Amino acid sequence: MNTQTTIAGITFKNPVMTASGTFGSGMEYEEFVDLNRLGAVVTKGVANVPWPGNPTPRVAEVYGGMLNAIGLQNPGIDVFMERDIPFLKKYDTKIIVNVCGKSVEDYVDVVERLGDEPSVSMLEINVSCPNVKEGAIAFGQKADALYNITSELKKHAKQPIIMKLSPNVTDITEMAKAAEAAGADALSLINTITGMKIDIHRRKFAIANKTGGMSGPAIKPIAVRMVYQVAQAVKIPIIGMGGIATAEDAIEFILAGASAVSVGAMNFVDPYTTIKVVEGIEDYMRTYHVENLTDLIGAVE
Amino acid sequence: MKQKITATVLSQKEIAPKIYDMWIATDLATCARAGQFIGVYPKDRSTLLPRPISICQVSDKKDALRIVYRIAGQGTAEFSSYQEGDSVEILGTLGNGFPTEAAEGKKVFLMGGGIGIPPMLELARELPASVDKQIIVGYRDNQLFLKEDLEKNGTVYIATEDGSVGTKGNVMNAIEENGLQADVIFACGPMPMLRAIKKYAEEKGIEAYISLEEHMACGVGACLGCVVKTKEVDHHSHVHNARICTDGPVFEAKEVEI
Repeated sequence: MNTQTTIAGITFKNPVMTASGTFGSGMEYEEFVDLNRLGAVVTKGVANVPWPGNPTPRVAEVYGGMLNAIGLQNPGIDVFMERDIPFLKKYDTKIIVNVCGKSVEDYVDVVERLGDEPSVSMLEINVSCPNVKEGAIAFGQKADALYNITSELKKHAKQPIIMKLSPNVTDITEMAKAAEAAGADALSLINTITGMKIDIHRRKFAIANKTGGMSGPAIKPIAVRMVYQVAQAVKIPIIGMGGIATAEDAIEFILAGASAVSVGAMNFVDPYTTIKVVEGIEDYMRTYHVENLTDLIGAVE
Repeated sequence: MKQKITATVLSQKEIAPKIYDMWIATDLATCARAGQFIGVYPKDRSTLLPRPISICQVSDKKDALRIVYRIAGQGTAEFSSYQEGDSVEILGTLGNGFPTEAAEGKKVFLMGGGIGIPPMLELARELPASVDKQIIVGYRDNQLFLKEDLEKNGTVYIATEDGSVGTKGNVMNAIEENGLQADVIFACGPMPMLRAIKKYAEEKGIEAYISLEEHMACGVGACLGCVVKTKEVDHHSHVHNARICTDGPVFEAKEVEI
């Protein structure tokens, strides 16, 4: 049985990754999860300088999921290179760094810094965070803007780049095609879906930012649909995510066309979710006599 | 070591309207300290996130934890229905406790307001014998939950909002009315109370350690949902935003901007 999967020439021991922003750089989950067993750790977004993020409350629970508007609080690339990268290098897992910025120059800055770090396998470009007003999402909701930033980053990146797509668009396949045309090596989807919750007793927004990104099991059918649509529209590989709680969920994404999957909000609900998904995929492959995980990619009929 | 485990309910009772007292058998008690908390998960999968609830007491044999909590919504309403022998999913133990060593040989205020009272019980139990413990608690009315337990561990002063017992008003009024003094303060309660204590401690030039709360998702420092503004740069993100779940929930009052 071979659980390996390959994206842009990088081979992962299994298709299970962590969705950016739900796992830090792995330190907070080291006590729960043997990081060696993950296909990759996808880090929390990192910018060229520290970002303080949004006011609190930043999170709220909704039916079958949650809203967040953290606002990409992060320590900046200097601390990240000194602390987080050496931590992750101790483990036998691939490192994918999520990169955020407010301008093209910000992204380029981080991408170039990471280019000197061979332990980083891939870069995931966050052009789809719904909670940051400047930049970020502005690059991810218009096909021409996405094309431009993707092609610009490809000029500077030493590692393959994954463009992380927003579901908050009219037609996600248009965005996927623009990223592919600009040279993106892979796509990841979906980022969170913009939502809102109102506390009726206090007549106030549940989170200070008013809107937040929805994640959790309630969004999974939307995510599976978008992964399928994008898989039909482009040839580059897809990392699928959105509400994955179990191996069955992960396999749905793979059958829909994802080459790998990420566990996001469910890390908060059960810190052992990633490992359970790894083991459950193996069980599924045994049960259905699947020799290679790659045989499952896009195999829905 | 933090773990998510399935534990067993030993007992549950309502000790005041909407305030419940639950003992849970769990090995997590071996490393539990006053001021720490656990995440309790509803079984109803439409409510996914753990509810942060402070530890009220650690059993003498270190094999059980007591939580005293208020029904605040769907999750805590579910917990209140648990009976002896039921399972309960918990994550713990979380956060840093109160720095009890700061109280050695000193006169101390243990101040609790409303549902911030429970952690004061375990704190009173853990503080060394050399500490002069003045426990000042504020209730809404004459529903004085945990009063007897607290009285076994220190001198208790009560304030009630409606004036039915003790000082009419809040814990600050009780300090004034009783002419109390301290070298160190430990506190947990609503934000206006913590702000008043921070101001009081700064005026008196004494140390105050306050336990904060905020909406949380992970409880382990990963999601960055539950931050508080800090005077100095925080060690995680270097942006003056400490994580209440892991850097706290207890902070020295002068370090946080509340």
